[in-house]
Amino acid sequence: MSDLTRLTAAELADKIHTGEVSAAETTQAHLDRIAAVDGDVHAFLHVDAEGALEAARTVDAAVAAGERPASPLAGVPLALKDVLTTKGVPTTCGSKTLEGWLPPYDATVTRRLREAGVPILGKTNMDEFAMGSSTENSAYGPTRNPWDLDRIPGGSGGGSSASLAAYEAPLAIGTDTGGSIRQPAAVTATVGVKPTYGGVSRYGLVAFSSSLDQAGPCGRTVLDAALLHEVIAGHDPMDATSVDAPVPAVVDAAREGARGDLSGVTVGVVREFSGEGYQGGVLRSFETAVAQLKELGAEVVEVSCPHFTYALPAYYLIAPSECSSNLARFDAMRYGLRVADDGSHSAEEVMSLTREEGFGAEVKRRVMLGTYALSSGYYDAYYGSAQKVRTLITRDFAAAFEQVDVLVSPTTPVTPFKLGEKVDDPLAMYLNDICSIPANLAGNAAMSVPSGLSDEDGLPVGLQIMAPALADDRLYRVGAAYEAARGPVLDKLGELEAAK
Amino acid sequence: MSNISRDEVAHLAKLARMAVTEEELDTFAGQLDQILDAVAEVGEVAGDDIPPTSHAVPLTNVFRPDEVRPGLSQDEALSGAPAAEEGRFRVPRILGEEQ
Repeated sequence: MSDLTRLTAAELADKIHTGEVSAAETTQAHLDRIAAVDGDVHAFLHVDAEGALEAARTVDAAVAAGERPASPLAGVPLALKDVLTTKGVPTTCGSKTLEGWLPPYDATVTRRLREAGVPILGKTNMDEFAMGSSTENSAYGPTRNPWDLDRIPGGSGGGSSASLAAYEAPLAIGTDTGGSIRQPAAVTATVGVKPTYGGVSRYGLVAFSSSLDQAGPCGRTVLDAALLHEVIAGHDPMDATSVDAPVPAVVDAAREGARGDLSGVTVGVVREFSGEGYQGGVLRSFETAVAQLKELGAEVVEVSCPHFTYALPAYYLIAPSECSSNLARFDAMRYGLRVADDGSHSAEEVMSLTREEGFGAEVKRRVMLGTYALSSGYYDAYYGSAQKVRTLITRDFAAAFEQVDVLVSPTTPVTPFKLGEKVDDPLAMYLNDICSIPANLAGNAAMSVPSGLSDEDGLPVGLQIMAPALADDRLYRVGAAYEAARGPVLDKLGELEAAK
Repeated sequence: MSNISRDEVAHLAKLARMAVTEEELDTFAGQLDQILDAVAEVGEVAGDDIPPTSHAVPLTNVFRPDEVRPGLSQDEALSGAPAAEEGRFRVPRILGEEQ
């Protein structure tokens, strides 16, 4: 393995900008790593070597000419979740429906990355249309967890998290509707952040559940995630739900946190996130993390958010309802798959046959569930009630944040399970998101940071940190302080590999 | 104890324009029923006085300047079309034989 793939994004940026190494050789080292290991991991659906190297060479030319780098991450390559459009580069959302589609435009996130001089290595695997917690719902086969190739890398953004853990990319982009950045981060011992809703533009993010979807940064360190956060965040007139407010100073917060002093910070432990359904090793790792936060000077108090237990059922009505509406765009008329267009079928029949062929089981389940929840006669009982629960959860957060600066919990109740273990049991799969969903429903910022390995199975566990909307910087301060105290977790994977 | 019958699933699939198979009808009827049972508790929590939230970050009347900007060209817009003809999307017939 090339040493360049072992460095953090911050370290790589420093070397590239001082001319010590070139962006092209950095990018090539990661392309080589992908070629070597992605046959096993399957993090990527598409690798764009040419595009990435071209972007890298542009950065190298600027460095050689003595120009200021386009951004603090110029030249540092990245893996992009295949749910964000890339002009002229395949974007499938893990669905057969979009196989071979070349988008005619870039998502705002993609455009910002290009403008920042970040070479895009390729598009990462995901559960179809971001619906799932394991990547097993991808039409192109699952991604495997670098910690154990028989286990899930989390989902829906399992390709992004696995690419980081396998050292195929130093940075990645994910999207988080109910935990799709944080749960994959937790089960691969990487860092993932769901920014405040509206903090990062959704323009060009293929919609699943528009009131919940949020793109965010993924990395191997908190500082790397912060650097990426500042590249992609900010107001975008192309997204009407984009927040018109300054981007929180997350890089400064990460640097401050890394000094290891959390005095003056009050941390709330959510009482509702423990007990039945939580693996013992996960809870013990969490208790250790809380003790470490205390040692760093934080004041820790227990808080109750009584309605959080209703977040999961509310989510599984709201998200499918929005998805049933959003996925109506895949109508076989303007782009994407079309089958049975042989002159004997009407447009409506072609539509039905195409959607049957193009959608996987989980997408069909959610579209039907949403269609049911929105239908007259059931609307008030299901969708209407879920929206009221959303209000109660937002109020729980507001009350908690009157007492504390951040809330903490395990990111996910269990360590990564085996591929195939839950694929036929939708309800068991949904439980993976039990701790992450409240932040989506309320629009808060939240992060998962590695909190070690479970003592019973040696698999990664994540600590979730939640902050109020627009206070993303608090995540980075607390996350970086904890990371420094905890020490690296992912390095243990390298030791495991070397020992084989 | 099924609340959702096979026929209802078939109706939902029709509304959602998905030509599901006989086998899928059986699978989905059982699974949708199970999921709806599990989520029904949302109806027991909030009283009539609790307003619904449709959106996490409240925003009203988002405007931007009404400026002419370049959009997709006709070729770009048609670039992903399953079928195109004379610069337009070609679609299967939309009227029945008898109409």
